[in-house]
Amino acid sequence: MNDDKTIEAVEKEIVEDFSLFDSWDDKYEYIIDLGKKLQPLEVEYKNDDNKVRGCQSTVYLAADYKDGKVFYKAESYAMIVKGLISMLIRVLSGNTPDEIIEAKLDFIKQIGMTTHLAQTRSNGLLAMLKQMKNYALAYKIKNETLIKQS
Amino acid sequence: MTETVTIQKKLDAYSIRKQFPVLNRKVKGKPLIYLDNAATSQKPQMVIDALINYYSNNNANIHRGIHTLAEEATQAFEDTRDAVQQFINAESREQIIFTRGTTEGINLVAYTWGRQNIKAGDEIIISVMEHHSNIVPWQILCEQNGAILKIIPVNDQGELLMDEYEKLLSPKTKLVSIVHVSNSLGTINPVKQIINAAHKIGAIVFVDGAQSAVHLDIDVQDMDCDFFAFSAHKLYGPTGVGILYGKKHLLESMPPFQGGGEMIKEVTFEKTTYNELPYKFEAGTPNIADTIAFKTALDFIHQIGKEKMRRHEKELLAYATEQLELIPGLKIIGKAREKISVVSFVIDGLHPQDIGTLLDNRGIAVRTGYHCTQPLMNRFGISGTVRASFAVYNTKEEIDELVLGLQKAIKMLS
Repeated sequence: MNDDKTIEAVEKEIVEDFSLFDSWDDKYEYIIDLGKKLQPLEVEYKNDDNKVRGCQSTVYLAADYKDGKVFYKAESYAMIVKGLISMLIRVLSGNTPDEIIEAKLDFIKQIGMTTHLAQTRSNGLLAMLKQMKNYALAYKIKNETLIKQS
Repeated sequence: MTETVTIQKKLDAYSIRKQFPVLNRKVKGKPLIYLDNAATSQKPQMVIDALINYYSNNNANIHRGIHTLAEEATQAFEDTRDAVQQFINAESREQIIFTRGTTEGINLVAYTWGRQNIKAGDEIIISVMEHHSNIVPWQILCEQNGAILKIIPVNDQGELLMDEYEKLLSPKTKLVSIVHVSNSLGTINPVKQIINAAHKIGAIVFVDGAQSAVHLDIDVQDMDCDFFAFSAHKLYGPTGVGILYGKKHLLESMPPFQGGGEMIKEVTFEKTTYNELPYKFEAGTPNIADTIAFKTALDFIHQIGKEKMRRHEKELLAYATEQLELIPGLKIIGKAREKISVVSFVIDGLHPQDIGTLLDNRGIAVRTGYHCTQPLMNRFGISGTVRASFAVYNTKEEIDELVLGLQKAIKMLS
């Protein structure tokens, strides 16, 4: 998705996009728009294994591993959550497991969406993020085991 | 009589609001509109002052000290017990047990009376509209003791099907545990009728008063319930204080809930004798400050008068229902004839969480989701609602803002 851009570079782009908005309504309109544009997840991915625990609104998250990079796809029934997911996918997808695990994701704070990161927040951006990093970690371990075996 | 009622002065929500400092704050740059009162109510300045005053002038551990501070703190703490006894018209002050909240009250009875009295094959009746805290403790008890949980269904308006309830009653029924007022729908249940029917077959009744205590007049003797539990924080009081009322012979027959200081009479390594009611159930240092401040919250309610509060909240409920129903695609969940000031609703094609987030963006606090009543949401075939719940300080203008906020949210999300 972001073949030639680093995580930080994409984060910077998003922060710049958000700097154009001067009201919260505009910010949310933009996030909702991202949510509407997020490609729907294929039915076969919508199963219990892909459900993110800790989200009150159902969120499905799946990951693929290709050429040393992790690619995500996801869906939620809540539009704002979908928009937030869309941003996370834009930032993290197409990077190596190490890059994803190390990512600090300061952009969330910089665009003023930290309230969505609260532990108990029902939309569980934090739970989603944790799951994305878990996928990266799983692929990293799998990869290292394969290298050791060969 | 009717005339005196009609000429009674209406409550002035605008001046009452001034007593609640939090209502002056802004959220996302807009004045806070707090419509999540069924979760917890805000606290008037006099309650906040009572807390500050306690820690500034009285702080001491209660019941055992002989010094002045301990005596004063003990007196204030026990004054709350007397105030609560009056508030629910209990027979005696010994029947008022302080807990952490309604949930602890239910658990206390499940773990003590329940373990002692519920045997394999016995039946416990609850309803489909119970809060999870009036489901799970009984489920645990049923699993441990081999008892069976029976569920009273509701109609599409969100009212209990009383015929079905009567059919569930049998000689096997040992306990009926029922919510007085539904936190998700606002339905007021006919508890007297429920209690009467249960008593006829020898079952006892636990009434979950978490939502009712602030809105309805509670008279436990007239209701004839065996247990009644509620939480201070939903009555303009502090968090962490709950009340469990029980009939005396039941409380006396029950084993202690927790062991520790305060609940004992004499301790030797061979045998410990337990303290009398209510202290048998109050092990350890209680939540002294918040319990003392709860009396001030009850004073606040008395100063205005429950009847006046109720009329104001009823007006808000009628106005909100009328205004919300004008919004295309909006459907109110829970249209019982007898309701408190709670409006739960869904909007076609929109997720409650999105609506909640966008309302918060305008400073409007509502609750979204299951409201800890997942079985009830399943009954209505929905994954959650948006819930607005009103208190004494809410105004019609705030409801207008809610409606505007919803119209804006619908526009943004469609």
